[in-house]
Amino acid sequence: MKILVCISNVPDTTSKINFTDNNTKFDTNGVQFVINPHDEYTLTRAMWFKEKQGASVTVVTVGDQSVEPTLRKALAIGADDAIRVNAAATDGFFVAEQLAEVVKTGNYDLVLAGRESIDYNGGMVPGILATLLGYNFVNAVIGIEVADHKVTVVREIDGGKEIMESDLPMVLGAQKGIVQESDLRIPNMRGIMMARKKPLQVVEAVDAVQATVSNSFEKPAEKSACKMVETVDELIDLLHNEAKVI
Amino acid sequence: MSVLVFAESSEGKFKKVALEVTSYGKKLAEQMQTNLVVITAFVTDTSALSAYGAEKILVASSEALKTSDASVYADLMVAAVQQENAEVVVIDSSANGAFLAPLVAAKLKAGYASNVVSLPGSLAPFIVKRKAFSNKAFNNTEITTSKKVLGIAKNSFGLFEDAVSSSTEDFAPDLPSGKINRTGLETASGKVTIADADIVVSGGRGLKSGDNWGMLEELADVLGAATACSKPVADLGWRPHAEHVGQTGKQVASNLYLAVGISGAIQHLAGVNSSKVKVVINTDPEAPFFKSAEYGIVGDAFEVVPKLVEKLKVFKAENA
Repeated sequence: MKILVCISNVPDTTSKINFTDNNTKFDTNGVQFVINPHDEYTLTRAMWFKEKQGASVTVVTVGDQSVEPTLRKALAIGADDAIRVNAAATDGFFVAEQLAEVVKTGNYDLVLAGRESIDYNGGMVPGILATLLGYNFVNAVIGIEVADHKVTVVREIDGGKEIMESDLPMVLGAQKGIVQESDLRIPNMRGIMMARKKPLQVVEAVDAVQATVSNSFEKPAEKSACKMVETVDELIDLLHNEAKVI
Repeated sequence: MSVLVFAESSEGKFKKVALEVTSYGKKLAEQMQTNLVVITAFVTDTSALSAYGAEKILVASSEALKTSDASVYADLMVAAVQQENAEVVVIDSSANGAFLAPLVAAKLKAGYASNVVSLPGSLAPFIVKRKAFSNKAFNNTEITTSKKVLGIAKNSFGLFEDAVSSSTEDFAPDLPSGKINRTGLETASGKVTIADADIVVSGGRGLKSGDNWGMLEELADVLGAATACSKPVADLGWRPHAEHVGQTGKQVASNLYLAVGISGAIQHLAGVNSSKVKVVINTDPEAPFFKSAEYGIVGDAFEVVPKLVEKLKVFKAENA
């Protein structure tokens, strides 16, 4: 089985979110970039298929040279090789078209991606990619098993989960829960050294439609100070008469 | 030209999100000076949609739609877009909506904006405001394609009653059969889900053990609320992952979010920012969560929560 894990390069979850250039660009000053958390859980699950079922694992991202440390980290975690599509990841449709080209060239049969990135939260790349490829697709996946080209997936739904079966080739949009937090791997020195020697191929972008443009950003309005309350009677009164939520 | 809304249902009834997106579609159609068409599957009583402005309703009930494969629903939407010459498709942000919307966008070669919080600020160019950076910012996104797909963030636009007399049609385009088969389903019956809840009661490490969740469940019962938790609580196995609220967990957009023993790490706040009113109960007056809350009580959860349950029972009895 050839697995492709799509990686997004995102600000660390603790980052302060600020904008520059008249609120049109994310302020990367002092921000640490990491593998998108949903993608990291997904990559960790892919490593299980590599170790237990002999799958090969390739990681891919769309971005300029500055995203390479994130790809190297994915290699240090254990991916076999990496591909960087040399273009700015500005629109979900554009990114999906680039990834579709990579999938066709490499003939991958299981394409895994995080459900959404924690920066743009578009939540569209896995679904659009699957449609472009004509692959079967399930979103919000929290469990995957593969046996003889049959794929069993667990999908999180509102208030429960759904177990589904389909056939390879597939694209899955996966999320936290697909592995336990304790299964995540912190690359060790050997992994980091090996990652430096693993292949990282740079490919040029194909022509693709840009369906959306990010015009500007806004920060939420400053909220007023928290009203400190002494008794539960007072709280109930405020929630009922002032906030009108109970 | 028209605006096409997908109204999600469960067991023959419309979900609240279906009425929210219908309200959104109605206001958008007015803004665009065009008609609203609402499409739904397997619902016989569509009067709830008429109450929120659906002038035309398409009801689909093909066998092919008894599937968990969202791509079949995407084909249904594409057929409806063609029949109704729809320019904008509006879908909710539930688990099913988030599954469906990108597939519709891909099939229509349409630009897609998810987590949209308000009507377009401008129609030409078509610009919508959407949540980004895990609720820490908004992004004004321009959709440049002629067809557009919008995913509407839950509980952000509101419900606007607008009773109209609707025309209802059966809609039965040719659809392929699904390629993904459901083999099992696990749902917690009788429990309010985080996605549907108007009120969410959430606990953190301050509760010291998973065994102490009884009082939070009691509080949730009194309020008709869903229970949730912080990330460490899910990682410690005190509560299931499905209850984890935060940047990598569930996003809560409830009317009231009641946080007990949660200090308010930035990743947790990202998951609850969209809730309208946040109440924090914490022993530590310096807990960062107080800065993001509307109301706060400094106190021990083990004293405050039982008292709150008791007083709420009295309140509910008086205001029933």
